[in-house]
Amino acid sequence: MSDPRVHQADAELEAPSTRHQSQWRATVSALLANRLAVFGLVMLTALVLTALFADLLIRQPINAQNLADRFAPPSSQYWFGTDDLGRDVFSRVVVGARVSLQVGVVSVGISLVAGTLIGLWAGYRGGWIDTVWMRAMDVLFAFPVILLAIALVAVLGPSLRNTMIAVGIVFTPIFARVVRGSVLSVREELHVRAVRSLGASDRRIILRHVLPNVAAPIIVQASLSLAFAILTEAALSYIGVGVQPPDPAWGYMLSDAQRFQRQGWWLSVFPGAAIFLSVMAFNLLGDGLRDALDPKQRSVIESRGVE
Amino acid sequence: MSIDRPSGDVVLSVRDLEVSFATRRGRADVVRGLDYDLRRGETLALVGESGSGKSVSTMALTKLIPIPPGRVTGTAMLDGQDLIAMSERDLLAVRGRRIGFVFQDPMTSLNPVHPIGRQLTEGMRHHLGISESDARDRAVDLLRKVGIPAAEKRLDDYPHQFSGGMRQRVVIAIGLSCDPQVLIADEATTALDVTTQAQIIELVNQLQDELGMAVIWITHDLGVVAGIADRVMVMYAGEIVEEADVDELFADPRHPYTVGLLKSLPVLGAFDRDELAAIPGLPPAPTDLPAGCAFHPRCAYRDDERCVSERPPLREVGGDAGSGHRIRSFYEVAEDDRRAAATAGIAAPEHREEDAS
Repeated sequence: MSDPRVHQADAELEAPSTRHQSQWRATVSALLANRLAVFGLVMLTALVLTALFADLLIRQPINAQNLADRFAPPSSQYWFGTDDLGRDVFSRVVVGARVSLQVGVVSVGISLVAGTLIGLWAGYRGGWIDTVWMRAMDVLFAFPVILLAIALVAVLGPSLRNTMIAVGIVFTPIFARVVRGSVLSVREELHVRAVRSLGASDRRIILRHVLPNVAAPIIVQASLSLAFAILTEAALSYIGVGVQPPDPAWGYMLSDAQRFQRQGWWLSVFPGAAIFLSVMAFNLLGDGLRDALDPKQRSVIESRGVE
Repeated sequence: MSIDRPSGDVVLSVRDLEVSFATRRGRADVVRGLDYDLRRGETLALVGESGSGKSVSTMALTKLIPIPPGRVTGTAMLDGQDLIAMSERDLLAVRGRRIGFVFQDPMTSLNPVHPIGRQLTEGMRHHLGISESDARDRAVDLLRKVGIPAAEKRLDDYPHQFSGGMRQRVVIAIGLSCDPQVLIADEATTALDVTTQAQIIELVNQLQDELGMAVIWITHDLGVVAGIADRVMVMYAGEIVEEADVDELFADPRHPYTVGLLKSLPVLGAFDRDELAAIPGLPPAPTDLPAGCAFHPRCAYRDDERCVSERPPLREVGGDAGSGHRIRSFYEVAEDDRRAAATAGIAAPEHREEDAS
């Protein structure tokens, strides 16, 4: 550059260039500053570890019956007591964590991928593609979650795999809507037009330039959906169309326990507490993520007095 | 219509360019028959109010407007190829490679989630097919060229780590990254303060001399026009109302609209003018253009039935033939008013000397 003035002025302006704080790091520190979110994170870590090392944690084979010790209350031998067949409730709750997490992760994975693709495509293209896809999503959305899941499982047949597929389908419209809404605003941003003027193809624009900009709501939605997916699986298992015996699932442990409420409070309290804690953990984390990723939305919600 | 001017090789030749949009209130004619030639190394300024069709007319060249509801007709020859007739797939190879764009707002025309280095190299890798490391080397060169200090270190910084002026430099670097033949700068300095503005204008002038590309500079700031342009086209309601070399336009404006624009400029030290002269009325809606001359409802020189019923052709005016001074009006502005407007406009050419220093 021939103009020394330019350099001098800019050198002064650009002094803080050594700092290199990415958005990612800012998000993490905002998340860690939120005590409730950290609490959720800790509980989730415990849940994940429990699921991963369930085989080491269990105190008895989960289906080992010990008819002499039916309805044993919690003790040093049976931490969470035993059920009507003398099976160790603690071991079954521990293995149940694996089932719940598996259903949550796989079904949210299905709905996240499907919903995000639909939302990106519909939102970016607009026009009749948008109309057709979003009206289809509205139809899915119109059914109560549990009812639709029951209907799908009824068609597919009850099993662990089909439960995951059904929950995945049920949650797809949530992601599609969230993503589409964000895409509608991002695609009008100048930098998207700018990269189009550089000769980028639609596919490239959608995947490299729009998707990263809508990642924040997707992450938040995923975390909150995990909670609902676990709850939905529990509900399905409770009414007997979800996970099938002998695989232990918290939902049907609860429904079994209902018959023996008089004989043992522990039969319903421990699986119930497990569901409650894991759903709460995902919710706390989801709320924390939303606050950390989008400070603006937080103030809107707080000013409305919703939360 | 033929424009015979004996200079330079024409890079881009636009004829009968028309852009319209289907709207609920009927067809909106946004650009109505644009003809111009752009020569190598030349800077052509497109001036006009908001909605006069300046941006759309350039975006339409590579079909950056939504089609439908948009519709583009006419021809735009770049290297013997008609851009308007090109398929979307072929246009992908033109955008960014042969026609570069620089957008108005440096705050939003960079993607906040990618480091600027990645945004700079993306076009180069795509269009030039070079390796990541070659592209990074080029990116560093470009950033140096546009005056960003410590360029290697800044490649991995995110847009929010740059000031507005620096970001606009990055945006310009991206526009230049594939050595385009034509650079379209759409209000490229409007969002910047005047000091930065002057630096950017100087920068583009300098790069243009170095690289020999042609620049279309879209603005509504006549001061910027005086600082950067070789030739000026004044647009109103989607058509060219006056076209001239920059000195001629400021010294001897002929169209009532141009004269009105120049008279509306504030002049430093002009104590004899109490208030700025505004052009009465508003520009027409593109769905509801007046018959005859589009400017006639606001025109102080409206004279007879012709103005109301007949669309004036673009005709050559001025002393020496072949100067390329054209206006779209049946009547020229009277000598006195022209002089008054030219005096008003003098502020601008002085501004130019200052920038070039």
